[in-house]
This record gives sequence, C-alpha cells and structure tokens, in this order.
Amino acid sequence: MSFIRKEFYHILRDKTTMMILLGIPIIQMILFGFALTTEVKNTQVAVLAPTNDEAAQRIINKLNASAYFDVTEQIHSTSEIQPIFRDAKAKLVVVFEDHFGDKLRHNGVAHVQLIADATDPNAATSFSFYATNIIAGYQQELMGEAKNPYQITPEVKMLYNPQMIGAFNFVPGVLGMILILICAMMTSIAIVREKEKGTMEILLVSPMKPIYTILSKITPYFVLSCINFATIMLLSVFVLKVPIAGSFMSLIVVSLLYIFVSLALGLLISTIATTQIAAMLMSGMGLMIPVMLLSGMIFPIENMPVALQVLSNVIPARWYIAAVKAVMIQGLGFSAILKEMGVLALMATVLIAISLRKFKVRLE
Amino acid sequence: MEKTIQHNPDQVIVAENLTKKFGKFTAVDHISFEVKKGEIFGFLGANGAGKTTAMRMLCGLSIPTGGKGIVAGYDIGTQTELVKKSIGYMSQKFSLYDDLKVWENIELFGGIYGMKDAEIREKTDSLMKLLNFENERDKLVGSLPLGFKQKLAFSVSIFHSPKVVFLDEPTGGVDPITRRQFWELIYDATSRGITVFVTTHYMDEAEYCDRVSIMVDGKIEALDTPRNLKKQFNANNMDEVFQQLARKAKRVDS
Repeated sequence: MSFIRKEFYHILRDKTTMMILLGIPIIQMILFGFALTTEVKNTQVAVLAPTNDEAAQRIINKLNASAYFDVTEQIHSTSEIQPIFRDAKAKLVVVFEDHFGDKLRHNGVAHVQLIADATDPNAATSFSFYATNIIAGYQQELMGEAKNPYQITPEVKMLYNPQMIGAFNFVPGVLGMILILICAMMTSIAIVREKEKGTMEILLVSPMKPIYTILSKITPYFVLSCINFATIMLLSVFVLKVPIAGSFMSLIVVSLLYIFVSLALGLLISTIATTQIAAMLMSGMGLMIPVMLLSGMIFPIENMPVALQVLSNVIPARWYIAAVKAVMIQGLGFSAILKEMGVLALMATVLIAISLRKFKVRLE
Repeated sequence: MEKTIQHNPDQVIVAENLTKKFGKFTAVDHISFEVKKGEIFGFLGANGAGKTTAMRMLCGLSIPTGGKGIVAGYDIGTQTELVKKSIGYMSQKFSLYDDLKVWENIELFGGIYGMKDAEIREKTDSLMKLLNFENERDKLVGSLPLGFKQKLAFSVSIFHSPKVVFLDEPTGGVDPITRRQFWELIYDATSRGITVFVTTHYMDEAEYCDRVSIMVDGKIEALDTPRNLKKQFNANNMDEVFQQLARKAKRVDS
C-alpha cells in the first residue's frame, strides 16, 4: 500500500535518523559489553598468610604469575585489611587460614578467604572469579601429585556492594531499553511530526480510516525494531558470548509482545503531545529513565523501597527484562514466563484501547 | 432528521444555522448560506472571526454544536465518510510531504482517495504538463520554491476530481505573480465543474470570487457578489467593504 511505502521513504531518506536508530543498539551493546566491563588485568592483591608455608606460597606465586594479578602487599594481621582497602593499595585480599599447608596435607581440607573491593561490582566479580579459578587450578595440581583428595575451599566475600549485578544482566536490559526507545519514541515523533507539519489535517480530511493511518505509521518502526532485536541477539551471542539458554521461540514471542506494548505507548504519547520536542521529552524522560532505573536493569527491584517496587510494576520493561532473563540466561521454558506474558498482554490491550479512543479523528 | 433541507443538486454546499461552541465561546454563530455548483465562493473574515472553524465543520473535521450542513449532497454530521470522499482540502500550512518526490506525493494522495494506479499515472502526466513541472517530477518537494509547492498542493487537492475543494488561505506568503497563476489554476478547476470554497486575507483576491461572504465575530455580516457588495457599502473596492465591516468586530485576534 502506497501509504506504508511513504513511511519507509520518510525513514530511508532521513539518513541520520536511520543510522542512529540502527546504530544505537550496536553502540550500546558494545559499550555495555566491553567498555563497561573493567578489564581485570594487573589487579593489586594483598596477601595475609599467617603461616607462610609452601602451599600458601605456591598459590601466591601462581596468582602473581597470572596476567590478572600483582601481589603487592604482604600483611600480617586481619586488622590491616581495612586500611589496605581504604588506601586503595589492593582490590583483593587473599587470606589463608592458620597452618594452611598443614591442614591441607593432614586433613585434606583448607580454607582461603578472598575479600574483594566490590566498589566496582563487575570488576570484583571477574577478578574474584579468576582468583577462585587459580586456586582451583592449584588444587588440581595437588590431585595429580598425590592421589589423596585435597580440598581447598575458597570463600568469596564481597565488600561494599553485596548485591552483585549479574554480568549477563545488561543484554536483557539493553533489549528492553532499545525496543522502548525505537518503538515508543520514534512512533510518537513520527505521528506528531505529521500533526506539526499540517499533513495530519490532510490525512484526516481524506476518507482514509484513522486506524489505517496508525497501522501504516507503525509498520516501519515495527520492522526496524525487529532488525534491532536481531542485531542485539547476534551481538550478544556471537560477540559477547551470552548464550541463549532457553527456547528462542519464546524469546521471540515475548519480544514481539513487548514491541507491541511499546508501539502502543508511542501512540498514546502522540495523542497527548503536540510538538515533536514534547513527544521526545515525554518518551525520553517518561520512558527511558523509568526503564533504566525501575526495571531492574541497573538496580535490583527487590532492594527498592516498597513504593518504588509498586511503581515498577507498571513499567513494561520490568516484566520484559524479567522474562528475557528467565528465557535467555536461566534457560527456563515458556511456562515460566506466563505471568510476564500475561502482564504485558494486559498492558498492550489497555494502552491500545486508550490511545485509539484518544486518537483524534477530528481536530478540535 | 428533524428537519430536512430541500436538496437541490445545484447547491453543492448548504449551511443552515451552523453553530460551533467551545465551552462558552461561540466560534461560529448560526451561519447560513448556499454555494452553487462551479462557483468560487470567497469566505472572508478577520483572524478569529470563525472562518477556519466553519470550514472545518464543512470538511467533517469538527462536529457542529448545532445547525445542519450539506456538502456535495451528504450530511456533514452523519455522512462524514461520504463527505470526505467528495471533497478536496488544502490547508494554510503547506501540507505535502517534503521528503517525498513530486510524483510520490501525487501517487500517495491519489492512492488515499482510492484512485487506480493507471488513472494516477495518466493524470500525473497531464498534470506535470499543465504545470510545466516535467523536470521537477523526480525532485523532492522540499527542494521546490514556495510558489511551486502551493500550485502543486492545490493540484493534489483536486487530483481526485472532488465536487468541492476547500482552500484555507492558499496563497499566504506567495508573490503576486504566483498568486495570479494560482488563481488561473482555480479558474481552470471551476471550468471542470469543481466548486471552490476559499478563505483569504487578500482583498484583491476577493474580487476574483463569484460571491463573497464576510464573517465578523462568528456571524456572516454580508454575502453577495463583489460588485453588489461594493454598491451596498458604497465602496470603491473590497478592501473598503471589509474595513467597514471588520471595524464592528469586538473579538480581538485569538
């Protein structure tokens, strides 16, 4: 239909906007994926080994030898741990228990504690994970030397930020944000632009049914959103190596539903806003910020004050991100996200109903 | 229908006590008039007199608070869809798509009005010839000078051969020569039986109309041919007529 074709022309001829729309997800993924994950090379490590025996020494050497760590401090009592962190002399303190080597040899079990400065939570997760691996590697070696089952139990303790943000958290988050951005913001701007330029008047005088006007405005953004969804998926699977653990089909279904909700939101904004700037502000301030702050993308919802937790329920991204996490990261099946799907479907119905009623067939 | 207006096929627009209120404010106050087929009907009035509101009601964009209106034989209150199919409309704001090419705009609006592709192609060719636009056919509308755009917008508004075309201050900001050419296009349209309903601020343009109505404060204060109006108000030109009437206005620019 010629009207849908026109909408594509609008987008295709506006090269800058199109580049932005297609580029945003890529840039965000790369930013979140690489720039914001701190490289944990040469993390400074302090060591507390009360009995400096061979076993502890070998672990320390192994840590020092790896590219990830530099053992810079040797401390002698637990009271020195706090100052070390305070003066930023180390990001990680490795505490061996008394008589580490003896216990390991005689009991087969020894404990080592990793205390991490989790001010930067992503970095802390990564380097404590590396340290744990190195210790486990040493354990493997021991197993090779003697047949006895030696067991070193590393105990990881995160300081300053006990709620760790999952490393895979951002892929669902970015998905949730980008789709809202493209669908809601762009749809509302596109419709409001017609109002602003006066072409909407011409369309309203024409015999074309308003529902067709709306559908054809939505179509190209729907296509764009699908392209963005595909880009994000490709990037996350192949570049960031975040696997899709669950069924890809349920991921697509829930995404389509979410796109639908976003488009409906965009429509609603377009019926309220009269200028493109207003539409942009409404979707920018009204959607992006709540999505970022209240969806659980950055801050865990469980830790919010009750009022904000209640508020977060009306944010579609919250449910979408939860569903994506369940499917993509946890690998849960379709039945696990029925609740999220239900909420999103309900939101879509309500939003569409309101915006269709508000979409003014007549200019008053 | 409480009261049916005697429908006369020669009367393309009939307004009877047409009224529009916004809250307590009466924008259009019981206006009545008829426009005959093929006529150029000038709809004059100062800013805020209620012209645009009246025109919107006739186009089906705004529901009348009271009174009746018949456009192209259809009731504007109940047969809006049929009214919309039979009219063309050109608004004050230039309203073609700047980022579409000339022919794409024509194709789009032809399509919206349900014209067949072959018909659109054929009529586009002859329109391009008429406007001397053959070289501009593939240009983006945004790159054309304003005069070109206005002529194109008018041609697009009558592209589907409506019975009536409503022009809302079509020549705003256009130079006198282009305005002249624009009026030639209007005359050409009437010669094909299209009725023209036009609002304007330019009193010289009022002289080109077959009949003129002048609205003051939501009411029609005068309605006749320009010649009769000048005689009635003892004026040399339409501008003087307008000045005498507009002076009575109590509403300021809204």
